Amino acid sequence: MSSEPLLLDIKNLHVHFAVYGGRLNVLDGVNFFMRSGEKVGLVGETGCGKTTTMKAILRVLPMPPAHVSQGEIRFNGRDILKMSDNDLSQVRGRGISMIFQDPTAALNPVFSIGEQMKAVIQHSAERGKQSSRQETHQRAVASLQEVALADPERLLRSYPIQLSGGMRQRVCIGMALSTSPELLIADEPGTSLDVTIQDQVLRLLRTLVEEKNTSVILITHTLGIVRETTDRVYVMYAGNMVEVAATKKLFANPLHPYTQGLISTVPRLTGGGIASGIPGRIPDYLNPPPGCRFHTRCPHVMDVCRTEKPPAYRVDEDHEVACFLYRDK
Amino acid sequence: MTDILTATDLKKYFVIGHTGLPKREPITVKAVDGISFIMHEGETLGLVGESGSGKSTVAYTTIGMYHPTSGSLKFRGQDLFPANEKRPLRLRKEIQIVFQDPGSSLNPRRNIKEILEMPLRIHQPDKNRLEQIIHLLEIVDMPPEYMYKYPHMLSGGEKQIVAVARALATNPSLMILDEPTSALDVSVQAKTINLLLRLQKEFNLSYLFITHDLSLMRNVASRVAIMYLGKICEVAETADFFQNPLHPYTQMLLSSIPVVSEAEEELKPKKVISTGEIPSPVNIPSGCSFNTRCPFVMDVCYKVDPVMVEAGNGHTVRCHLFPQPVAAGG
Repeated sequence: MSSEPLLLDIKNLHVHFAVYGGRLNVLDGVNFFMRSGEKVGLVGETGCGKTTTMKAILRVLPMPPAHVSQGEIRFNGRDILKMSDNDLSQVRGRGISMIFQDPTAALNPVFSIGEQMKAVIQHSAERGKQSSRQETHQRAVASLQEVALADPERLLRSYPIQLSGGMRQRVCIGMALSTSPELLIADEPGTSLDVTIQDQVLRLLRTLVEEKNTSVILITHTLGIVRETTDRVYVMYAGNMVEVAATKKLFANPLHPYTQGLISTVPRLTGGGIASGIPGRIPDYLNPPPGCRFHTRCPHVMDVCRTEKPPAYRVDEDHEVACFLYRDK
Repeated sequence: MTDILTATDLKKYFVIGHTGLPKREPITVKAVDGISFIMHEGETLGLVGESGSGKSTVAYTTIGMYHPTSGSLKFRGQDLFPANEKRPLRLRKEIQIVFQDPGSSLNPRRNIKEILEMPLRIHQPDKNRLEQIIHLLEIVDMPPEYMYKYPHMLSGGEKQIVAVARALATNPSLMILDEPTSALDVSVQAKTINLLLRLQKEFNLSYLFITHDLSLMRNVASRVAIMYLGKICEVAETADFFQNPLHPYTQMLLSSIPVVSEAEEELKPKKVISTGEIPSPVNIPSGCSFNTRCPFVMDVCYKVDPVMVEAGNGHTVRCHLFPQPVAAGG
């Protein structure tokens, strides 16, 4: 472990949603940390709480219905959940940026690319240090050049509808990085794109964050993308982090039965058929199973799993797994 | 092996507008621009391509939603588009489709029983329908009480299975699967695919499997055809195709796939890196349509569109890197 301070440290985060019919206990004690300069992946299937966690970090969860009942989110040592609105807007501006899954929905169709980019640049400036119109324009042009878009002057005048999906996502990346954030959260950045375009966008993202030494959280359900992009991976299931490991270790030696199931179901280029998958489906958050939330689908289920929630067991340096199978190791 | 589906120089153009006066020439999108392929009885032909390549247009033309602009499409030797008449019911029964998004292909105001009843009412009007519906649900491993559920009560995977059951209702021999699992999570995808593979064996079905996921294709298809901007650029047996991809576009596709193991990494072509964007299908480049992105582009590629040539072992490729027949001017 390095002695560098933690960039982001989430401890025991509980988030529930009050809905008609009861309480959806979505996040059930999430622990997560990352060091400065790290690239961390967060994988899990639809509805496992990936996006809820990230929205909690940026404090953009709609409250109500969402409630953070317990836990803390420390960004550079300060608890985001207790910040004043002013401090928070500073964090959102220069501390953390986000790239969304669907660039078409993330860009406003009635404003030109230039107007949207300049707004981002101006609002992220420190109070009293707003740059002139000319400087803002130049920074917008520079950001577009960084993401390998040709003819930035013309692009600034165009509207999202005039661009292709790949170009829109590049604009979003450029916009997110134009404020030089410390942490970039990328939520499924390539999912809505074609595979060859996705490859280009991800390669660009990798080069840029390497150059600027930006820390990245990559949220995805495509395991291959995580393997090729990140240093460390968190696997999430039904509102819990079930396993965390260095990326290479996780793919070489997945320990949690859920991770094993998930990796085995990915179709391989080398052929050999498709594994049968994990039986059952993600539990209902209104009434989640007691104990380990995975026990209803787990092939190795034991009595203790039905009553107690497994803590994270450290099995190796940089490898923790929340499963009673590894209690004695 | 007999052939179940034969496409010969199939074309489907869409008119999307007109140029200004005085000429008013139609502006067309060449969604499918002269493709020929053969599907054998009982096989799974994988049709792979990116968005806008025309793979869904091929699917919709085959089931008869579109009438082709020219060319012919034959099912077991019978023309699927007989002149001046509708496609006969007995042919329609043989070809069924499963759409990409089960959320929008199932009527939200009908329950599962009513959804499954529709094809039975049209194609087998004199049999006991309730019995058949229960039998259909049994085939796809669904409990009979699901009959009275509505689509919104089911998960994405279950909805897709209902769509599969609906397609099976007419007892077809050719099923078109248009990205049946692209909206599903991997673990749900695994279950759905395994069900489809089991059904194929049980009912001796032929699948035209449309997808953009080459890793999935590797595991389900017996042969693969790659489409780019309305044309097929490579066809091969699956194993051969992944060992020895010939067309530069195929290599680009393969090198772009994110993979989860070292063994797969070995298989990816290293030389070709994805560049450029897919041109608009309204304005297809002259010559070979891939010339804007091809790393091996030559002068001839800008002038002459290559034709399909045999590269041994049933592996065909449409590229100037491979010797073209003299008549084509290559």
